[in-house]
Amino acid sequence: MAVLDDIKETIGLRSDHTTGGAASRGSSLLPGRGTLLGFALPLGLVALWQVASATGFADPQLLPAPGEVLGEIVALWQSGDLVEHIAVTMGRVAGGFLWGAVAATVLGILTGTSTWARQFLDPTIQALKAVPSLAWVPLFILWFGIFEDSKLMLIAVGVFFPVYLNLMTAIRDVDRKLIELARVNGLSRWQTVRWVLLPATLPAYVTGLRGGLALGWMFVVAAELMGASEGLGFLMIDGQMTGRPAIIIGALILFAIAGQITDKLLWLATRKPLAWQDTLDSLEGGRNNA
Amino acid sequence: MLEIQDICRRFTTPDGAVVRALEDVSLTIREHEIISLVGTSGCGKSTLLRLLSGLDHPTEGLVQLDGRTVDKPSPEIGMVFQEPRLLPWLTVTDNVGVALLDTPKTEKAERVAAVLEKVGLTKFADALPRQLSGGMAQRVAIARALVRRPSILLMDEPFSALDSFTKQTLQDHVLDLWRDESFTVVLVTHDLEEAVTLSDRVVVMRGNPGRIDRVVEIDSKRPRDRTSDAVQSLKRDLTAALHLN
Repeated sequence: MAVLDDIKETIGLRSDHTTGGAASRGSSLLPGRGTLLGFALPLGLVALWQVASATGFADPQLLPAPGEVLGEIVALWQSGDLVEHIAVTMGRVAGGFLWGAVAATVLGILTGTSTWARQFLDPTIQALKAVPSLAWVPLFILWFGIFEDSKLMLIAVGVFFPVYLNLMTAIRDVDRKLIELARVNGLSRWQTVRWVLLPATLPAYVTGLRGGLALGWMFVVAAELMGASEGLGFLMIDGQMTGRPAIIIGALILFAIAGQITDKLLWLATRKPLAWQDTLDSLEGGRNNA
Repeated sequence: MLEIQDICRRFTTPDGAVVRALEDVSLTIREHEIISLVGTSGCGKSTLLRLLSGLDHPTEGLVQLDGRTVDKPSPEIGMVFQEPRLLPWLTVTDNVGVALLDTPKTEKAERVAAVLEKVGLTKFADALPRQLSGGMAQRVAIARALVRRPSILLMDEPFSALDSFTKQTLQDHVLDLWRDESFTVVLVTHDLEEAVTLSDRVVVMRGNPGRIDRVVEIDSKRPRDRTSDAVQSLKRDLTAALHLN
Protein backbone atom coordinates (compact mmCIF):
# COMPACT_ATOMS: atom_id res chain seq x y z
CA MET A 1 0.00 0.00 0.00
CA ALA A 2 2.82 2.33 0.91
CA VAL A 3 4.47 1.57 -2.42
CA LEU A 4 1.31 2.38 -4.28
CA ASP A 5 0.99 5.57 -2.33
CA ASP A 6 4.52 6.53 -3.22
CA ILE A 7 3.88 5.87 -6.89
CA LYS A 8 0.77 7.98 -6.74
CA GLU A 9 2.66 10.76 -5.09
CA THR A 10 5.55 10.48 -7.50
CA ILE A 11 3.17 10.81 -10.41
CA GLY A 12 1.60 13.81 -8.74
CA LEU A 13 5.05 15.30 -8.33
CA ARG A 14 6.02 14.59 -11.92
CA SER A 15 3.10 16.52 -13.30
CA ASP A 16 4.20 19.38 -11.07
CA HIS A 17 7.71 19.08 -12.42
CA THR A 18 6.51 19.69 -15.94
CA THR A 19 5.01 22.99 -14.90
CA GLY A 20 8.20 23.83 -13.01
CA GLY A 21 10.11 22.98 -16.18
CA ALA A 22 7.97 25.33 -18.18
CA ALA A 23 8.73 28.06 -15.70
CA SER A 24 12.47 27.54 -15.95
CA ARG A 25 12.30 27.39 -19.74
CA GLY A 26 10.35 30.60 -19.80
CA SER A 27 12.78 32.37 -17.53
CA SER A 28 15.67 31.98 -19.96
CA LEU A 29 16.50 35.33 -21.47
CA LEU A 30 16.04 34.25 -25.08
CA PRO A 31 12.80 35.62 -26.46
CA GLY A 32 10.17 32.91 -26.69
CA ARG A 33 7.15 32.68 -28.92
CA GLY A 34 5.12 34.65 -26.38
CA THR A 35 7.55 37.57 -26.51
CA LEU A 36 7.52 37.70 -30.29
CA LEU A 37 3.74 37.82 -30.18
CA GLY A 38 4.04 40.90 -27.99
CA PHE A 39 5.93 42.71 -30.75
CA ALA A 40 3.19 42.06 -33.32
CA LEU A 41 0.86 44.87 -32.28
CA PRO A 42 3.42 47.73 -32.07
CA LEU A 43 5.02 46.64 -35.37
CA GLY A 44 1.58 46.50 -36.96
CA LEU A 45 0.82 50.01 -35.71
CA VAL A 46 4.09 51.31 -37.12
CA ALA A 47 3.22 49.71 -40.46
CA LEU A 48 -0.20 51.40 -40.42
CA TRP A 49 1.48 54.66 -39.50
CA GLN A 50 3.87 54.29 -42.42
CA VAL A 51 0.98 53.60 -44.80
CA ALA A 52 -0.93 56.64 -43.48
CA SER A 53 2.12 58.86 -44.03
CA ALA A 54 2.96 57.45 -47.47
CA THR A 55 -0.59 57.89 -48.76
CA GLY A 56 -0.77 61.43 -47.41
CA PHE A 57 -3.60 60.47 -45.06
CA ALA A 58 -1.58 61.83 -42.12
CA ASP A 59 -0.58 65.52 -42.11
CA PRO A 60 3.27 65.54 -41.91
CA GLN A 61 3.06 68.76 -39.83
CA LEU A 62 1.23 66.81 -37.13
CA LEU A 63 2.30 63.20 -37.64
CA PRO A 64 5.61 62.83 -39.46
CA ALA A 65 6.52 59.50 -41.03
CA PRO A 66 8.24 56.84 -38.89
CA GLY A 67 11.45 57.30 -40.85
CA GLU A 68 11.54 61.00 -40.04
CA VAL A 69 11.08 60.32 -36.30
CA LEU A 70 13.86 57.78 -36.42
CA GLY A 71 16.02 60.29 -38.29
CA GLU A 72 15.50 62.91 -35.57
CA ILE A 73 16.42 60.42 -32.84
CA VAL A 74 19.53 59.31 -34.71
CA ALA A 75 20.57 62.92 -35.27
CA LEU A 76 20.14 63.72 -31.59
CA TRP A 77 22.06 60.58 -30.72
CA GLN A 78 24.94 61.49 -32.99
CA SER A 79 25.18 64.98 -31.52
CA GLY A 80 25.48 63.41 -28.07
CA ASP A 81 22.51 65.39 -26.77
CA LEU A 82 20.23 62.40 -26.57
CA VAL A 83 22.48 60.46 -24.21
CA GLU A 84 22.66 63.53 -22.01
CA HIS A 85 18.88 63.96 -21.92
CA ILE A 86 18.25 60.31 -21.19
CA ALA A 87 20.90 60.25 -18.46
CA VAL A 88 19.41 63.32 -16.77
CA THR A 89 15.88 61.90 -16.82
CA MET A 90 17.05 58.48 -15.63
CA GLY A 91 18.98 60.14 -12.82
CA ARG A 92 15.88 62.02 -11.68
CA VAL A 93 13.73 58.89 -11.73
CA ALA A 94 16.41 56.92 -9.87
CA GLY A 95 16.88 59.60 -7.21
CA GLY A 96 13.17 60.17 -6.67
CA PHE A 97 12.50 56.43 -6.66
CA LEU A 98 15.20 55.85 -4.07
CA TRP A 99 13.92 58.53 -1.69
CA GLY A 100 10.29 57.58 -2.15
CA ALA A 101 10.88 53.85 -1.81
CA VAL A 102 13.10 54.18 1.27
CA ALA A 103 10.61 56.44 3.05
CA ALA A 104 7.72 54.15 2.09
CA THR A 105 9.58 51.05 3.27
CA VAL A 106 10.43 52.52 6.66
CA LEU A 107 6.92 53.85 7.26
CA GLY A 108 5.26 50.76 5.81
CA ILE A 109 7.18 48.47 8.15
CA LEU A 110 6.33 50.73 11.07
CA THR A 111 2.59 50.91 10.41
CA GLY A 112 2.44 47.28 9.31
CA THR A 113 4.00 45.85 12.44
CA SER A 114 2.81 48.25 15.14
CA THR A 115 -0.85 48.92 15.81
CA TRP A 116 0.08 52.08 17.64
CA ALA A 117 2.11 53.43 14.73
CA ARG A 118 -0.69 52.58 12.34
CA GLN A 119 -3.32 54.35 14.39
CA PHE A 120 -1.01 57.34 14.78
CA LEU A 121 0.41 57.67 11.25
CA ASP A 122 -1.82 55.91 8.77
CA PRO A 123 -4.82 58.30 8.78
CA THR A 124 -2.50 61.21 7.96
CA ILE A 125 -0.75 59.29 5.20
CA GLN A 126 -4.09 58.21 3.74
CA ALA A 127 -5.29 61.82 3.82
CA LEU A 128 -2.13 62.97 2.01
CA LYS A 129 -2.72 60.26 -0.56
CA ALA A 130 -6.04 61.91 -1.38
CA VAL A 131 -4.19 65.04 -2.53
CA PRO A 132 -3.60 64.67 -6.29
CA SER A 133 0.16 64.43 -6.44
CA LEU A 134 0.53 67.12 -9.10
CA ALA A 135 -1.19 69.54 -6.75
CA TRP A 136 2.04 69.59 -4.77
CA VAL A 137 3.90 71.22 -7.63
CA PRO A 138 3.36 74.91 -6.68
CA LEU A 139 4.30 74.27 -3.08
CA PHE A 140 7.39 72.24 -3.93
CA ILE A 141 8.59 74.93 -6.34
CA LEU A 142 8.08 77.52 -3.65
CA TRP A 143 9.88 75.42 -1.04
CA PHE A 144 12.61 73.73 -3.03
CA GLY A 145 13.07 76.04 -6.03
CA ILE A 146 12.62 75.22 -9.68
CA PHE A 147 15.74 73.09 -9.96
CA GLU A 148 16.47 69.49 -9.04
CA ASP A 149 15.16 69.33 -5.46
CA SER A 150 11.54 70.07 -6.28
CA LYS A 151 11.63 67.55 -9.14
CA LEU A 152 13.09 64.78 -6.97
CA MET A 153 10.55 65.56 -4.28
CA LEU A 154 7.64 65.30 -6.69
CA ILE A 155 8.85 61.98 -8.09
CA ALA A 156 9.46 60.67 -4.57
CA VAL A 157 5.87 61.53 -3.60
CA GLY A 158 4.60 59.62 -6.61
CA VAL A 159 6.71 56.57 -5.80
CA PHE A 160 5.86 56.62 -2.11
CA PHE A 161 2.18 55.70 -2.06
CA PRO A 162 2.02 52.42 -4.00
CA VAL A 163 5.10 51.13 -2.18
CA TYR A 164 3.79 52.17 1.23
CA LEU A 165 0.27 50.82 0.73
CA ASN A 166 1.38 47.48 -0.69
CA LEU A 167 3.95 46.90 2.02
CA MET A 168 1.73 47.86 4.94
CA THR A 169 -1.19 45.77 3.67
CA ALA A 170 1.07 42.81 2.95
CA ILE A 171 2.56 42.85 6.45
CA ARG A 172 -0.89 43.03 8.00
CA ASP A 173 -2.16 40.24 5.77
CA VAL A 174 0.54 37.70 6.67
CA ASP A 175 -1.18 34.45 7.62
CA ARG A 176 -1.62 34.36 11.39
CA LYS A 177 -1.16 30.59 11.22
CA LEU A 178 2.40 31.00 9.97
CA ILE A 179 3.18 33.39 12.82
CA GLU A 180 1.82 30.79 15.22
CA LEU A 181 4.01 28.18 13.56
CA ALA A 182 7.01 30.41 14.20
CA ARG A 183 6.01 30.66 17.87
CA VAL A 184 5.63 26.89 18.25
CA ASN A 185 9.11 26.43 16.83
CA GLY A 186 10.62 28.99 19.17
CA LEU A 187 11.60 31.58 16.54
CA SER A 188 12.73 34.89 17.97
CA ARG A 189 11.23 38.17 16.79
CA TRP A 190 14.05 38.73 14.35
CA GLN A 191 13.95 35.12 13.12
CA THR A 192 10.22 35.46 12.51
CA VAL A 193 10.87 38.56 10.40
CA ARG A 194 13.70 36.88 8.51
CA TRP A 195 12.02 33.53 7.83
CA VAL A 196 8.31 34.36 7.71
CA LEU A 197 7.38 38.05 7.44
CA LEU A 198 9.96 39.15 4.90
CA PRO A 199 9.44 36.38 2.34
CA ALA A 200 5.67 36.51 2.80
CA THR A 201 5.49 40.24 2.09
CA LEU A 202 8.05 40.30 -0.71
CA PRO A 203 5.64 39.64 -3.63
CA ALA A 204 3.34 42.51 -2.68
CA TYR A 205 6.33 44.73 -1.92
CA VAL A 206 7.77 44.10 -5.39
CA THR A 207 4.37 44.86 -6.92
CA GLY A 208 4.43 48.13 -4.98
CA LEU A 209 7.94 48.94 -6.17
CA ARG A 210 7.00 48.31 -9.77
CA GLY A 211 3.87 50.43 -9.44
CA GLY A 212 5.97 53.13 -7.77
CA LEU A 213 8.51 53.03 -10.56
CA ALA A 214 5.76 53.46 -13.16
CA LEU A 215 4.48 56.50 -11.26
CA GLY A 216 8.05 57.76 -11.00
CA TRP A 217 8.21 57.84 -14.80
CA MET A 218 4.87 59.58 -14.92
CA PHE A 219 5.98 62.26 -12.52
CA VAL A 220 9.35 62.87 -14.09
CA VAL A 221 7.52 63.99 -17.21
CA ALA A 222 5.36 66.34 -15.15
CA ALA A 223 8.44 67.65 -13.38
CA GLU A 224 10.31 68.22 -16.63
CA LEU A 225 7.34 69.79 -18.37
CA MET A 226 7.03 72.37 -15.62
CA GLY A 227 10.48 73.72 -16.25
CA ALA A 228 13.75 72.08 -17.12
CA SER A 229 16.67 72.67 -19.43
CA GLU A 230 17.54 69.01 -19.90
CA GLY A 231 15.81 65.66 -19.98
CA LEU A 232 13.35 63.82 -22.19
CA GLY A 233 10.47 65.94 -20.90
CA PHE A 234 12.37 69.10 -21.84
CA LEU A 235 12.94 67.58 -25.27
CA MET A 236 9.19 67.27 -25.72
CA ILE A 237 8.54 70.88 -24.69
CA ASP A 238 11.34 71.94 -26.99
CA GLY A 239 9.75 70.02 -29.86
CA GLN A 240 6.42 71.66 -29.14
CA MET A 241 7.92 75.18 -29.00
CA THR A 242 9.87 74.72 -32.22
CA GLY A 243 7.06 72.91 -34.01
CA ARG A 244 8.88 69.62 -34.50
CA PRO A 245 6.42 66.78 -33.84
CA ALA A 246 9.07 64.21 -34.75
CA ILE A 247 10.98 65.14 -31.59
CA ILE A 248 7.89 64.85 -29.42
CA ILE A 249 7.02 61.45 -30.82
CA GLY A 250 10.62 60.33 -30.55
CA ALA A 251 10.71 61.32 -26.87
CA LEU A 252 7.43 59.52 -26.29
CA ILE A 253 8.86 56.32 -27.70
CA LEU A 254 12.03 56.72 -25.67
CA PHE A 255 9.93 57.12 -22.51
CA ALA A 256 8.13 53.88 -23.31
CA ILE A 257 11.41 52.05 -23.89
CA ALA A 258 13.11 53.46 -20.79
CA GLY A 259 10.11 52.65 -18.61
CA GLN A 260 10.02 49.11 -19.92
CA ILE A 261 13.73 48.59 -19.39
CA THR A 262 13.75 49.82 -15.79
CA ASP A 263 10.67 47.77 -14.95
CA LYS A 264 12.29 44.73 -16.51
CA LEU A 265 15.46 45.30 -14.49
CA LEU A 266 13.44 45.48 -11.28
CA TRP A 267 11.63 42.30 -12.27
CA LEU A 268 14.90 40.52 -13.03
CA ALA A 269 16.39 41.58 -9.71
CA THR A 270 13.45 40.20 -7.75
CA ARG A 271 12.66 37.17 -9.86
CA LYS A 272 14.87 34.75 -7.99
CA PRO A 273 13.63 35.37 -4.45
CA LEU A 274 10.07 35.11 -5.77
CA ALA A 275 10.57 31.91 -7.76
CA TRP A 276 8.70 29.89 -5.13
CA GLN A 277 5.36 31.45 -5.99
CA ASP A 278 2.76 29.01 -7.22
CA THR A 279 0.96 31.33 -9.57
CA LEU A 280 -0.64 31.26 -12.96
CA ASP A 281 2.37 33.24 -14.10
CA SER A 282 4.76 30.42 -13.18
CA LEU A 283 2.51 27.99 -15.06
CA GLU A 284 2.58 30.11 -18.17
CA GLY A 285 6.32 30.44 -18.13
CA GLY A 286 6.83 33.52 -16.00
CA ARG A 287 7.14 35.98 -18.86
CA ASN A 288 3.71 37.54 -18.94
CA ASN A 289 4.38 39.73 -15.99
CA ALA A 290 7.73 40.84 -17.31
CA MET B 1 4.27 12.79 32.38
CA LEU B 2 1.93 15.58 31.30
CA GLU B 3 -0.42 16.72 34.01
CA ILE B 4 -3.48 18.84 33.48
CA GLN B 5 -4.69 20.13 36.84
CA ASP B 6 -8.13 21.68 37.32
CA ILE B 7 -8.00 23.77 34.21
CA CYS B 8 -10.51 26.43 33.28
CA ARG B 9 -10.28 28.51 30.13
CA ARG B 10 -12.74 31.32 29.63
CA PHE B 11 -12.95 33.73 26.72
CA THR B 12 -14.69 37.06 26.77
CA THR B 13 -16.47 37.87 23.53
CA PRO B 14 -16.38 41.46 22.22
CA ASP B 15 -19.90 42.07 23.52
CA GLY B 16 -18.87 41.05 27.02
CA ALA B 17 -20.29 37.54 27.23
CA VAL B 18 -18.08 34.92 28.89
CA VAL B 19 -17.58 31.65 27.04
CA ARG B 20 -16.51 28.75 29.23
CA ALA B 21 -14.43 26.79 26.73
CA LEU B 22 -13.02 24.47 29.42
CA GLU B 23 -14.24 23.96 32.96
CA ASP B 24 -12.54 21.85 35.66
CA VAL B 25 -10.56 19.65 33.32
CA SER B 26 -8.01 17.33 34.90
CA LEU B 27 -6.12 14.57 33.16
CA THR B 28 -2.79 12.81 33.57
CA ILE B 29 -1.13 11.71 30.36
CA ARG B 30 1.39 8.93 30.87
CA GLU B 31 4.71 8.62 29.14
CA HIS B 32 4.69 6.98 25.71
CA GLU B 33 0.94 6.88 25.64
CA ILE B 34 -1.30 7.69 22.69
CA ILE B 35 -4.32 9.59 23.84
CA SER B 36 -7.13 10.91 21.67
CA LEU B 37 -9.44 13.79 22.44
CA VAL B 38 -12.80 13.42 20.74
CA GLY B 39 -16.06 15.31 20.95
CA THR B 40 -18.47 17.40 18.97
CA SER B 41 -17.21 20.72 17.67
CA GLY B 42 -17.08 23.39 20.33
CA CYS B 43 -16.36 20.90 23.12
CA GLY B 44 -12.99 22.51 23.83
CA LYS B 45 -10.68 19.79 22.52
CA SER B 46 -8.66 22.14 20.34
CA THR B 47 -8.55 24.71 23.12
CA LEU B 48 -7.14 22.03 25.43
CA LEU B 49 -4.48 21.13 22.87
CA ARG B 50 -3.46 24.77 22.54
CA LEU B 51 -3.07 24.98 26.31
CA LEU B 52 -0.85 21.89 26.24
CA SER B 53 1.28 23.46 23.48
CA GLY B 54 1.90 26.60 25.48
CA LEU B 55 0.39 28.78 22.72
CA ASP B 56 -2.49 29.64 25.03
CA HIS B 57 -2.78 29.91 28.82
CA PRO B 58 -5.43 28.57 31.17
CA THR B 59 -7.57 31.09 33.06
CA GLU B 60 -7.25 28.82 36.10
CA GLY B 61 -5.24 25.69 36.79
CA LEU B 62 -1.92 24.38 35.57
CA VAL B 63 -0.37 22.32 32.82
CA GLN B 64 2.81 20.60 33.98
CA LEU B 65 5.32 18.58 32.03
CA ASP B 66 7.52 16.48 34.34
CA GLY B 67 6.84 18.93 37.16
CA ARG B 68 7.56 22.10 35.15
CA THR B 69 4.75 24.47 34.24
CA VAL B 70 4.05 24.80 30.53
CA ASP B 71 3.52 28.49 29.85
CA LYS B 72 5.12 28.92 26.46
CA PRO B 73 6.04 26.73 23.48
CA SER B 74 9.12 24.59 24.15
CA PRO B 75 11.25 22.10 22.19
CA GLU B 76 9.88 19.40 24.52
CA ILE B 77 6.48 19.75 22.90
CA GLY B 78 5.99 19.30 19.16
CA MET B 79 2.86 20.36 17.33
CA VAL B 80 1.28 19.23 14.06
CA PHE B 81 -1.63 21.31 12.83
CA GLN B 82 -4.62 20.37 10.72
CA GLU B 83 -2.98 21.98 7.68
CA PRO B 84 0.75 21.42 7.03
CA ARG B 85 1.64 25.11 7.48
CA LEU B 86 4.75 24.84 5.35
CA LEU B 87 6.53 28.01 4.33
CA PRO B 88 6.02 28.06 0.56
CA TRP B 89 9.32 29.86 -0.10
CA LEU B 90 11.46 27.18 1.56
CA THR B 91 12.47 23.73 0.36
CA VAL B 92 11.40 20.66 2.33
CA THR B 93 14.82 20.59 4.04
CA ASP B 94 14.61 24.25 5.05
CA ASN B 95 11.02 23.89 6.21
CA VAL B 96 12.11 21.20 8.64
CA GLY B 97 15.25 23.20 9.48
CA VAL B 98 13.12 26.13 10.63
CA ALA B 99 12.50 24.15 13.82
CA LEU B 100 16.26 24.01 14.48
CA LEU B 101 17.39 27.56 13.73
CA ASP B 102 19.53 27.77 16.84
CA THR B 103 21.26 24.44 16.25
CA PRO B 104 24.82 24.41 14.78
CA LYS B 105 24.83 23.98 11.01
CA THR B 106 26.28 20.49 10.65
CA GLU B 107 24.20 19.03 13.47
CA LYS B 108 21.12 20.65 11.99
CA ALA B 109 21.80 19.20 8.54
CA GLU B 110 22.32 15.73 10.00
CA ARG B 111 19.18 15.82 12.10
CA VAL B 112 17.03 17.15 9.26
CA ALA B 113 18.36 14.50 6.86
CA ALA B 114 17.73 11.78 9.44
CA VAL B 115 14.16 12.82 10.13
CA LEU B 116 13.38 13.16 6.40
CA GLU B 117 14.68 9.63 5.94
CA LYS B 118 12.39 8.51 8.72
CA VAL B 119 9.28 9.98 7.08
CA GLY B 120 10.41 8.70 3.68
CA LEU B 121 10.97 12.07 2.01
CA THR B 122 14.73 11.98 1.38
CA LYS B 123 14.13 12.12 -2.36
CA PHE B 124 12.09 15.30 -1.99
CA ALA B 125 14.50 17.16 0.28
CA ASP B 126 14.97 19.94 -2.28
CA ALA B 127 11.36 20.14 -3.45
CA LEU B 128 9.20 23.18 -2.79
CA PRO B 129 5.90 22.75 -0.92
CA ARG B 130 3.86 23.44 -4.06
CA GLN B 131 5.38 20.32 -5.63
CA LEU B 132 4.14 18.05 -2.82
CA SER B 133 0.89 16.15 -2.47
CA GLY B 134 -1.24 16.75 0.61
CA GLY B 135 0.01 13.58 2.31
CA MET B 136 3.65 14.43 1.65
CA ALA B 137 3.20 17.97 2.91
CA GLN B 138 1.72 16.66 6.16
CA ARG B 139 4.67 14.27 6.51
CA VAL B 140 7.00 17.26 6.24
CA ALA B 141 4.99 18.89 9.02
CA ILE B 142 5.39 15.75 11.15
CA ALA B 143 9.12 15.69 10.41
CA ARG B 144 9.40 19.34 11.45
CA ALA B 145 7.68 18.55 14.76
CA LEU B 146 9.84 15.48 15.39
CA VAL B 147 13.20 17.01 14.46
CA ARG B 148 13.28 18.81 17.81
CA ARG B 149 12.99 15.40 19.52
CA PRO B 150 9.97 16.32 21.60
CA SER B 151 8.74 14.13 24.42
CA ILE B 152 5.16 15.09 23.57
CA LEU B 153 3.70 15.25 20.06
CA LEU B 154 0.47 17.22 19.86
CA MET B 155 -1.65 16.69 16.77
CA ASP B 156 -4.69 18.79 15.92
CA GLU B 157 -6.83 16.79 13.46
CA PRO B 158 -3.69 16.12 11.42
CA PHE B 159 -5.27 13.72 8.93
CA SER B 160 -8.69 15.28 8.50
CA ALA B 161 -7.87 17.02 5.22
CA LEU B 162 -6.52 13.87 3.55
CA ASP B 163 -8.28 11.27 1.44
CA SER B 164 -9.05 8.04 3.31
CA PHE B 165 -6.27 6.04 1.67
CA THR B 166 -3.51 8.58 2.38
CA LYS B 167 -4.97 9.02 5.84
CA GLN B 168 -4.58 5.33 6.75
CA THR B 169 -1.05 5.22 5.33
CA LEU B 170 -0.10 8.22 7.40
CA GLN B 171 -1.76 6.88 10.57
CA ASP B 172 0.27 3.67 10.23
CA HIS B 173 3.35 5.76 9.62
CA VAL B 174 2.85 7.81 12.77
CA LEU B 175 2.31 4.58 14.69
CA ASP B 176 5.66 3.26 13.37
CA LEU B 177 7.44 6.46 14.37
CA TRP B 178 5.82 6.33 17.80
CA ARG B 179 7.00 2.74 18.28
CA ASP B 180 10.60 3.60 17.33
CA GLU B 181 10.85 6.77 19.38
CA SER B 182 9.66 7.31 22.88
CA PHE B 183 7.31 10.26 22.54
CA THR B 184 3.78 10.61 23.83
CA VAL B 185 0.98 11.49 21.40
CA VAL B 186 -2.02 13.67 22.14
CA LEU B 187 -4.33 13.56 19.15
CA VAL B 188 -7.38 15.72 18.61
CA THR B 189 -9.71 14.06 16.12
CA HIS B 190 -13.33 13.86 15.09
CA ASP B 191 -12.72 10.52 13.40
CA LEU B 192 -13.73 7.89 15.97
CA GLU B 193 -12.24 5.02 13.96
CA GLU B 194 -8.93 6.85 13.99
CA ALA B 195 -9.18 7.35 17.75
CA VAL B 196 -10.00 3.68 18.37
CA THR B 197 -7.33 2.34 16.02
CA LEU B 198 -4.48 4.42 17.44
CA SER B 199 -5.11 5.20 21.09
CA ASP B 200 -4.43 3.74 24.49
CA ARG B 201 -7.15 5.96 25.84
CA VAL B 202 -9.91 7.96 24.22
CA VAL B 203 -11.04 11.05 26.11
CA VAL B 204 -14.62 11.95 25.26
CA MET B 205 -15.33 15.63 25.81
CA ARG B 206 -18.65 17.37 26.21
CA GLY B 207 -19.24 20.97 25.27
CA ASN B 208 -20.68 24.08 26.85
CA PRO B 209 -18.89 24.30 29.18
CA GLY B 210 -16.10 22.06 27.87
CA ARG B 211 -15.58 19.10 30.21
CA ILE B 212 -14.26 15.56 30.11
CA ASP B 213 -17.28 13.29 29.85
CA ARG B 214 -15.54 9.94 30.09
CA VAL B 215 -12.23 8.24 29.41
CA VAL B 216 -12.28 4.95 27.51
CA GLU B 217 -9.31 2.58 27.90
CA ILE B 218 -8.39 0.42 24.93
CA ASP B 219 -5.78 -2.18 25.76
CA SER B 220 -5.68 -4.39 22.67
CA LYS B 221 -2.39 -4.66 20.80
CA ARG B 222 -1.42 -2.38 17.91
CA PRO B 223 -1.51 -2.33 14.93
CA ARG B 224 -5.25 -2.87 15.10
CA ASP B 225 -7.34 -4.03 12.20
CA ARG B 226 -9.76 -1.22 11.38
CA THR B 227 -12.39 -3.67 10.16
CA SER B 228 -12.22 -5.99 13.20
CA ASP B 229 -15.29 -6.46 15.39
CA ALA B 230 -13.48 -5.11 18.43
CA VAL B 231 -12.62 -1.81 16.72
CA GLN B 232 -16.04 -1.45 15.11
CA SER B 233 -17.94 -2.17 18.33
CA LEU B 234 -15.81 0.33 20.28
CA LYS B 235 -16.49 2.86 17.56
CA ARG B 236 -20.23 2.21 17.93
CA ASP B 237 -20.02 2.67 21.71
CA LEU B 238 -18.17 5.96 21.29
CA THR B 239 -20.66 7.18 18.69
CA ALA B 240 -23.45 6.44 21.14
CA ALA B 241 -21.57 8.24 23.91
CA LEU B 242 -21.12 11.33 21.74
CA HIS B 243 -24.77 11.38 20.76
CA LEU B 244 -25.79 11.35 24.41
CA ASN B 245 -24.21 14.78 24.68
